[in-house]
Amino acid sequence: MLGRLSLSAIPLDVPILVGTFIGVLIVGVAVLGLITYYGKWGYLWKEWFTSVDHKRLAVMYIVLALVALARGFADAIMMRTQLALAYAGNPGYLPPHHYDQIFSAHGTIMIFFLAMAFMTGLFNFIVPLQIGARDVAYPFLNNLSFWMTAVAFMLVNISLFIGEFSQCGWLAYPPLSEMQFSPGVGVDYYIWAIQISGVGTLLTGVNFFVTIVKMRAPGMTWLKMPVFTWTAFCSSILIMATFPVLTVAVALLGLDRYFGMHFFTNDGGGNQMLYLNLIWAWGHPEVYILVLPAFGVFSEVVPAFSGKPLFGYKTMVYATCSIMVLSFLVWVHHFFTMGAGPDVNAFFGIATMIISIPTGVKLFNWLFTMYKGRIQYHACMYWAVGFMVVFTIGGMTGVMMAIPGSDFVLHNSLFLIAHFHNVIIGGVYFGYVCGMNFWAPKVLGFKMNEAWGIRAFWFWLVGFFFAFMPLYVLGFEGMTRRMNHYDNPAWHPWMLIAEVGAVLILFGVVCQLMQIYVSIRDCNKPENRDVTGDPWNGRTLEWSTSSPPPVYNFAIVPHVSSLDAYTHDKENGIDTRQAGGKYEAIHMPKNTASGIACGAFALIFGFAAVWYIWWLAAIGLVGVIGTVIARSANKDIDYYIPAEEVARIENEHTRKLMAQAAE
Amino acid sequence: MSNPNTSSSGESHGSVSSYLIGFVLAVILTVLSFGVVMSHSLAPAGTLAALSVLALVQVLVHLHYFLHMGSGSEARWNNIAFVFTVAFVSILIVGTVFIMSNTSMNMMSR
Repeated sequence: MLGRLSLSAIPLDVPILVGTFIGVLIVGVAVLGLITYYGKWGYLWKEWFTSVDHKRLAVMYIVLALVALARGFADAIMMRTQLALAYAGNPGYLPPHHYDQIFSAHGTIMIFFLAMAFMTGLFNFIVPLQIGARDVAYPFLNNLSFWMTAVAFMLVNISLFIGEFSQCGWLAYPPLSEMQFSPGVGVDYYIWAIQISGVGTLLTGVNFFVTIVKMRAPGMTWLKMPVFTWTAFCSSILIMATFPVLTVAVALLGLDRYFGMHFFTNDGGGNQMLYLNLIWAWGHPEVYILVLPAFGVFSEVVPAFSGKPLFGYKTMVYATCSIMVLSFLVWVHHFFTMGAGPDVNAFFGIATMIISIPTGVKLFNWLFTMYKGRIQYHACMYWAVGFMVVFTIGGMTGVMMAIPGSDFVLHNSLFLIAHFHNVIIGGVYFGYVCGMNFWAPKVLGFKMNEAWGIRAFWFWLVGFFFAFMPLYVLGFEGMTRRMNHYDNPAWHPWMLIAEVGAVLILFGVVCQLMQIYVSIRDCNKPENRDVTGDPWNGRTLEWSTSSPPPVYNFAIVPHVSSLDAYTHDKENGIDTRQAGGKYEAIHMPKNTASGIACGAFALIFGFAAVWYIWWLAAIGLVGVIGTVIARSANKDIDYYIPAEEVARIENEHTRKLMAQAAE
Repeated sequence: MSNPNTSSSGESHGSVSSYLIGFVLAVILTVLSFGVVMSHSLAPAGTLAALSVLALVQVLVHLHYFLHMGSGSEARWNNIAFVFTVAFVSILIVGTVFIMSNTSMNMMSR
């Protein structure tokens, strides 16, 4: 009846987990209780959970990403603490069985649920506004994507308290992840979390690709498109091209585990090296999926706070597109040591080094944008400049490892760990936080607190150097990744320094939470309200609507005649909003519960499949498919906002603008 | 000028009969593929060749009947997307064959 599931699956013998569970229970009950007490369930359901509005979904994605950050970071600091303690006679406080789950969960969560969710949140935040569209091309799919991502993250967290998580690292390499060596449920949790969130990500890619191709404002030709939208476009293409490869690779692993097939096993003709090949054919483009939008954020932030147009717009676009194409040609650099000969390794090593050229072009473009600009050191600019320093170091160590010869020394050592945190924290994370600070006033209507933002930046930056520079040294000294315990006295001081760095980053995370708290607390102070909709003298269309934008974004779809359309209009005295123009009824999509229903069924399916509860899995699967079919047959999916209502909202905003100007 | 947010022109969505034809062809091709493998009627090399041909025809059937390649006014975008897909799939397949065969030679595993 319950498959493999029994009471013994609950890890009552691990005090850390029991403590965590009690903590989660208390916080969870408190949150749910508060929502019930204030009677907010209806509001949450109607305005958020079932919303197809891209701005609402953006906020939900970013909240999800921040929750994932909390979980992923807790894992990180536990690992650092273990390694600060577990030296010589001291076994540390995490036994290998638990420690292995922690590093696997850390990587899985940080990439799939922090970075991907944050990135999708930023796409949703800005892309439709930046191209002058009223929503994305497929608003329902957008909601569905969110719920697929959210339930996959829930599945990972359920594994904390029911059963266990994968102990095979964030990519679950076979043969370790095969049934023979991992008979537990951990890898199955991993497989279904990846597959369910993969559906969400793939749909997001399709959605934004179509949105950008089909829904740009009249006059916005390809080379008048803002750089962030360009990067979102290239990321979407990469998602569509490569996520199916991940799905197939993980599905083949699933067939091995569930049906006893032999794709990647040691015996029966399997070849685990093919798994490495497939997973990295997705895995390398994946890092560019993540980092390109971060580059896009900097390309919007640096000009806005330098008071100048972006230096070399076209080179930026070409660099973005070349990185997109080149990112398909480098995947072997993740497994140079697998045993391929010099021809293969040389080809992929050289291709990897070539990628640093367009990346370098971008860096110089940002620097030249700042050159002789009137730079305002707003919190966003701190993250941007910090990024340039940190990312450059990460890029250089990347080129070191792109040389197959030196990779044979550094492969799987802590040098590699330091390198990819260097580019992912310094590039991706700094970029997304920068974007969140930059666009928050647009989406929320108030600015984020700057003092706490800057404090968070300094803790993150200094903490980063303390936490990861020692790992470069340790890599050279021969310390490999994923170690639970070590005896080498030379390593211990460096691990202590890294622990200090992790604590500094903890302060950074706390400052960010404080920043969010203080920003919401002070959101009604006049100096924090964004009345004009254009707090930074922005250059692109999103700044021409009110903050937060009305549900339809643009009452009259703007006409674009040049790059940096809004700056062009401001300089030439054109009213982008065409206030007082002739308003027409606006066609909008209705909210729908189908997305959250699909998500709930997918969660049931995933959980049941992990535990071999086949009747429940069947219910979940039929539920997902049935909901999609029911939704397709539903004709009542749209409505019109009457012209009078549009006029009322727009006139209200015009009145506020006038009042602001009169002060 | 048509509203870019509500335009739905251009795409050819096919008809029920074209979907049915596509579906039946796809099923036949799938059954044939399984048949070739399970009946052991051909030598291994012949099985591989037959499977490759069947797979290629399968791809073409999907492209024509389900993805509506080469019809409708959206031909330009269809073609760009198709060329890009072919390029990416070729990189993946050629790259994989290159890497895996080179590795096998080098590791003397075949």
